[in-house]
Amino acid sequence: MTETVAPLPTHLRTPGTDARGSTGRWPTYAVGFALAASLTIASFALARGHWLTPASLVAALVVLAIAQMIVHLIFFLHITTAPAQKTNILALLLTLLIISLVVIGSLWIMAQLSTHMMPMDQLMQMQR
Amino acid sequence: MSHLSIATAGEFAPARYRPATKLGVTGFGFYVYLLSDAILFSALFATFAVLKTATAGGPTARDLFELKNVGLETACLLTSSFVCGLAMQAAEARRPRELIALLGVVFLLGAGFLGLEIREFAGMIAAGAGPDRSAFLSAFFALVGAHGLHITVGLIWIGLLAAHLTTMGFSESYHRRLFCFSLFWHVLDVVWIAIFTFVYLLGVQS
Repeated sequence: MTETVAPLPTHLRTPGTDARGSTGRWPTYAVGFALAASLTIASFALARGHWLTPASLVAALVVLAIAQMIVHLIFFLHITTAPAQKTNILALLLTLLIISLVVIGSLWIMAQLSTHMMPMDQLMQMQR
Repeated sequence: MSHLSIATAGEFAPARYRPATKLGVTGFGFYVYLLSDAILFSALFATFAVLKTATAGGPTARDLFELKNVGLETACLLTSSFVCGLAMQAAEARRPRELIALLGVVFLLGAGFLGLEIREFAGMIAAGAGPDRSAFLSAFFALVGAHGLHITVGLIWIGLLAAHLTTMGFSESYHRRLFCFSLFWHVLDVVWIAIFTFVYLLGVQS
């Protein structure tokens, strides 16, 4: 019955809906669920097992997390790179820019601060 | 006969010139709110990342976190996100009983997640690793607690949606609210991916 709904004009598409304004079909969710579940299991397995060196483990976990977020965006929130979703993608990109400024900026500033700061015990001695 | 009459205004105008539907406007506004919520979480993540090593001689992530518990929480939340997608389809097909049942499953899984989280928090506080122990733990409780608070709001929202459906039935405005809830729930799951990776899985490594 929902098939009779007229297709939405492409520039008016809401995040989370497809061309019909519908939230998708269950196979889409099932595929997303299967992908997300396998990525989660891979993350936990890697973190528990001791197969990777610490640095490569960090890289692998970060990559798996980003992959899973993309799976969620595509299969659950139905956000894609289709031209119809220009506004949604632009809003998402701006958010990603702000998030990276906040996170990278904080880490950078605080790391600089702690390198340039006198070690705590010396500071205490000066104050005596 | 269309059940989901989201394209009622200007139905006969050429598609390109149709005014934005109410679902479209509300959905986009809510999406922008969710993006701003993601920025709020990113500030909490940045705080946590900076204070990760500031344990003040207290317990570290490695001492405190149990990956089994986190795995269970993740399973609850991921499954509830999937069921929430199914619930949206039940709503589109106007199947109220199925929708109530699926919302019930979403609620139970969300409550299961929250229960596991509260148990973890209570255990940590009882063991003297509460938010007042170190800067690391303050940041941890602020970040994971903020997510838990969102889940709590989501659970209340499910209750309201169920009550709304049973008393007033389906309507365009009902569909809009349900739709916003599903966006909210999926985004909380995305935030949880970042939490279990950066807080728990990477936390126990160092």
